[in-house]
Amino acid sequence: MSAATVPSGTPIPTETEPESRLRVPSGGWRVIAAKEFGDHILSVRFLALLIILGLAAAIPLYFAAGQIRELAPQATGQKAVFLALFTIGSADYSFLIVSSFVAIVAPLLGLAFAFDAINGERADGTLPRLVAQPIYRDDVINGKFVAGLSVILMVLVAVVGIISGFGILRLGIVPSPDEIARLVAWILVTAVYVGVWLAFGLLLSVLIRRAATSALVGFGVWFVLVIFGSFIVDLIAKTVSPITGSTIDTALPQAQLQKFITQLLPGNLYSDVTDVILNPRLNPSARLPGSIGEAQQAAQQIPNAVMSIGQSLLLVWPQIVTLVGLMVACFVAAYVAFMRQEVRA
Amino acid sequence: MSGVPVPTTTEVARPRDARATSPARPADGHHEPVISTHRLTKRYGTLTAVDRLDLEVYQGEIFGLLGQNGAGKTTTILMLLGLSEPTDGEAWVMGLDPAWEPREVKRRVGYLPDAVGFYDGMTGRQNLRYTARLNGLERDDGEAAIDEVLEQVGLTDRADDAVGTYSRGMRQRLGIADALVKTPDLLILDEPTTSIDPIGVVEILELLRRLVAERGLSIMLSSHLLTQVQSVCDRIGIFAAGRLIGVGTVDELAAQFGDGSAAIEVGLELSSPADRERAGTVLRALASVESVDPPSVGRDTWRLHVRPAGAEGRVRQDILVAAVDHGLRLTALRPIVPSLDDIYRTAVERPAPKRAGIKPKTIRRPDAGRGQP
Repeated sequence: MSAATVPSGTPIPTETEPESRLRVPSGGWRVIAAKEFGDHILSVRFLALLIILGLAAAIPLYFAAGQIRELAPQATGQKAVFLALFTIGSADYSFLIVSSFVAIVAPLLGLAFAFDAINGERADGTLPRLVAQPIYRDDVINGKFVAGLSVILMVLVAVVGIISGFGILRLGIVPSPDEIARLVAWILVTAVYVGVWLAFGLLLSVLIRRAATSALVGFGVWFVLVIFGSFIVDLIAKTVSPITGSTIDTALPQAQLQKFITQLLPGNLYSDVTDVILNPRLNPSARLPGSIGEAQQAAQQIPNAVMSIGQSLLLVWPQIVTLVGLMVACFVAAYVAFMRQEVRA
Repeated sequence: MSGVPVPTTTEVARPRDARATSPARPADGHHEPVISTHRLTKRYGTLTAVDRLDLEVYQGEIFGLLGQNGAGKTTTILMLLGLSEPTDGEAWVMGLDPAWEPREVKRRVGYLPDAVGFYDGMTGRQNLRYTARLNGLERDDGEAAIDEVLEQVGLTDRADDAVGTYSRGMRQRLGIADALVKTPDLLILDEPTTSIDPIGVVEILELLRRLVAERGLSIMLSSHLLTQVQSVCDRIGIFAAGRLIGVGTVDELAAQFGDGSAAIEVGLELSSPADRERAGTVLRALASVESVDPPSVGRDTWRLHVRPAGAEGRVRQDILVAAVDHGLRLTALRPIVPSLDDIYRTAVERPAPKRAGIKPKTIRRPDAGRGQP
């Protein structure tokens, strides 16, 4: 804003200054994001990120490559063999699949790159200096969010690229355009999933003054959701709407509530979406039918038919929207909490 | 208190538009207020951190906010920068309302926070570069500004070392450089000399003086260290429990808060205890002398307290005459300027009117025999 918009009755000592001096810069978040990105690249956690996602690529690839080779003769003419690189792995260790592995580590990565975003600045005494610059206060949150997400996505894209390259060069599987579109969609959804946890980490870093405590709380929440998630959902559903009779009508509300809460958990949302996007075959088991109607629909599906990417996305659109909603909710909460906070230590 | 701006009743009635035309404000640019507040108030629950503050800081002056920890200095500064929202009242910084246009204010005001921090892994120059970018300085302009401020604070040869290796004083100077990078019109420094060794303090105070002379900017600094404020500030505001209880130059504050007495330091060459006795009798016998402190440990001069303060000059003459008459050899004879220390103590101890929500803090008196700093 220039001096011209200042109320005319107020003293303007800087009236004679050149116009450029008075210009308030915009896009402070870009400066912050660039600096944070640089910090991340040089940090120890970036090394950890490389190793974790590197392992996520290497180990499942080893198993997947073997399986694909064995199956290749029968799989001639099969559709979506390329995507199998990401969805099959060791028969013995079910989590050693690229997509499952990413589903497990994505929350940890999101938390690791955000848990000390604000309280770290506070502890270093740099926060008052930072917010005393001509930026909006949310530029700080936006910049840090963008930087964290960019770093994680950069590595994820690199890993997906390496796996694809390996598949094309060593195994001789060439992806179809539809498969490439599915991979891109999967990366975008993964970005949103990482974003949920990144925003949650940011929220914790605003609310909790000590970085160590905030890390502990973040990982604790992740642990509880992963290990006790279904148990807690069960508990809530049973408490809120207990089964009072023996007919299906009395049992149904509880089942519905249970399903509703389960679907709100980010991990479940993400795995639902991943299952459908990375697996173009119509697979009734990918999504549990929520109602009798859905079950009937599933029973009428043609076995071994393949859906287009559009149809797959349509199927999981609600889950994607919910994930985005969760991310935005955490983000807004972090934003509001930060705006209301005193700058002083 | 002629030079101290006191809000007139017309201003209270029409705060915004009265400013430009108010006859109380000199028209020439040098005396435009860069900061002005009107009944600025900040409450945290029942605690009133800043209580109806009326303050004006003019262009080209160094203004000192003096007060104990928790007196409301930092809260005031945060409100002036738009980093904290006032509960009531209003503030104008460079003609802008920081509550509504914080970014415009922050573009023009350099701020050194209390206990300033830097990114320890980055060099001093990188830290400043970050600030320059955040202020929208283009590459070349930014680098030129960084070189200039590093030179000014004397950090040029350490600029490319990691901040983690800097001493406390160097960090503080880097903090001032950081506040200067945006070429501000006003510097607000929160406790710029805390936890720095005495030599570092002198360096920083000299730097501030030089900045005002070279750049023509205005400085507002807060401190609880009285002697430093006294040595560098043109005007001083004394803060206690959220209220501004006195504003003015040291002389004006002395007139306002002095207890009506003055002091004279007298040095005499005395060989025996009998001489001391005689000298004491002579000095006590002088007109208007209220009391006489003989030399004590750490101080080899006599101290005479004169009341009323206006008689101080005549008493000095009388001492000279008496010394000649009684054959006493003078080694020193000078009036003692009241230090801010004394003023501050009197000001804070004087019961302030109507303090909302805060119990007045008691101040321990230092030992009676303590010398002047």
